[in-house]
Amino acid sequence: MIAADVPIQRPASAKLLVIDGNGHLTHAPRQRLLDFLRPGDLLIANDAATVPASLSGQHRPSGMKVEVRLAGRLFPAREPSADSRFAAVIFGEGDYRTPTEHRPLPPSVTAGDRLDLGPLEAIVSNLLGHPRLASLSFTGSIDAMWAGIARHGRPVQYAHVPTPLALWDVWTILAGRPVAFEPPSAGFVLDWRMLSELRQRHIGFATLTHAAGLSSTGDIELDRRLPLDEPYEIPDGTARRIAETRARGGRIVAVGTTVVRALEAAATRDGHIVAGGGVATQRITAGTRLRVIDALISGTHAPGTSHYDLLRAFADEATLARADQELDAQEYRTHEFGDSVLIERRA
Amino acid sequence: MIAHRFSGRRVAITGGTSGLGLATVDALARAGAHVAFVARSETGVERTARARPGTHGVVGDVSVVGDIHPIAMQILAALGGLDVLINNASALGPVPLALLGDTACEDLDHALVTNVLGPFRLTKALLGALSLAAREGRGAVVLNVSSDAAVTPYPTWGAYGASKAALRHLTSIWDAELAAEGVRFLSLDPGDMDTPLHALAVPDADRSILKRPEDAALELLTSIAAALPDAPVPTTGGSTEQERIS
Repeated sequence: MIAADVPIQRPASAKLLVIDGNGHLTHAPRQRLLDFLRPGDLLIANDAATVPASLSGQHRPSGMKVEVRLAGRLFPAREPSADSRFAAVIFGEGDYRTPTEHRPLPPSVTAGDRLDLGPLEAIVSNLLGHPRLASLSFTGSIDAMWAGIARHGRPVQYAHVPTPLALWDVWTILAGRPVAFEPPSAGFVLDWRMLSELRQRHIGFATLTHAAGLSSTGDIELDRRLPLDEPYEIPDGTARRIAETRARGGRIVAVGTTVVRALEAAATRDGHIVAGGGVATQRITAGTRLRVIDALISGTHAPGTSHYDLLRAFADEATLARADQELDAQEYRTHEFGDSVLIERRA
Repeated sequence: MIAHRFSGRRVAITGGTSGLGLATVDALARAGAHVAFVARSETGVERTARARPGTHGVVGDVSVVGDIHPIAMQILAALGGLDVLINNASALGPVPLALLGDTACEDLDHALVTNVLGPFRLTKALLGALSLAAREGRGAVVLNVSSDAAVTPYPTWGAYGASKAALRHLTSIWDAELAAEGVRFLSLDPGDMDTPLHALAVPDADRSILKRPEDAALELLTSIAAALPDAPVPTTGGSTEQERIS
């Protein structure tokens, strides 16, 4: 697959590969997505806003330049509006344009080290099992912290998109609470016209908030530990609508793997969703029996990633392999601004 | 009765450090709302926030496109969501006011960017949060401050009047578009008030006959309250999980 290298969320040429519950594959323009949904389905999306989590600056003790990427909350269960502590990945000098493996190593950091990141000051508390994964806390007030992140932070991005991203490039139309460290990019398919059309077609729509953590750094050792535990919140109304939809035989369609992670974490064995806050720790993979989700709209993921692994809960190896072949053969674009897949749980 | 409607509601307002904006911040805070206000001056924002503990000040300029999402993010971080957005920050255009033929293009541009593009962009950036409030049954309102200059052709008020006319029309179209979503869009003409903006426009005005901004603020809140559902605001925000000691 080719990387989508321009930050356009809804290009007219966007493609959709539909994988139904019997393993049958269909190619379609992504603009026709709603044709593959049915009246009575309930579409669930993630309304988390993306934090511009890349902060450049200096490691004060060594004087060396660093790039800090906030990777998740240190205490996922705590109220974010009162918390200034994060888990972070520390990169050496440079930025996203240099692939990770070619970046200079960061300085070693230890507890008490101060990092000067633009207007922000952070103190390292300790390392989290890897020399480049540290917990840190920002000094000063919470409001000042957010002002600093807003002014100085940049969206985390990778070499496959050369243009520096603006915050509007990585927010979905639903973006609300700034709790995600990378964009819930499956939601890039959505626009207000589509939400209006869902109504007209009697397809339900609801949201939840899932704080997607950083999932990739380009360092294999680090990536094994990512994403860190992710807090989520399911509104009462969303939980209720899921129950109503299931009761009348409608499908629960997740927009994005973050929605799958949140709902499967919040589901009891018989598919009842517990509303409210929680922390998603479960790795969803081949052996996982899905309790709630019937179908998933997602990007195109490469084998070896945790996102791809999650697809194994929906379809068997043979089907996924055939899908991969089709994605390659038809030159689907991958990564956050790429094309999409609609995959139904195997029948 | 207003306090009942605003208690616990999350409200953001631009141009919050003077005039109508400041009076509205005060009225909202008194009514128990959670308030985030935006203004361009760091000293102004700090001073206002310090004098009104519990409110959140955000430094930013809605006429600068690069400020919009940083402003939106700070509002959402501070309040955890949004029920009401009041686009109040306004620019006159040329100062002193001028006939259209004498109005510098840059001044008309500035009035349009501040009074139309600013509210448009900021509303778009916050629309996700507002629509969530609507889906949750809390109701959501965007109030765009207007003027009789949007409707009546007062000479020398061309730049301001045209921009406010555009904003007013945008507001009513958006209201029609999002009726089904439950997000309401309102225009309000607060009248001629004794504010710094009015003094810039009409330096020799008889201030004794001008409306007090506090009175206009109450009218503003009354309009918004009328567009919100009756039910008191349910407790909201944040995780319902007990704090864990890690």
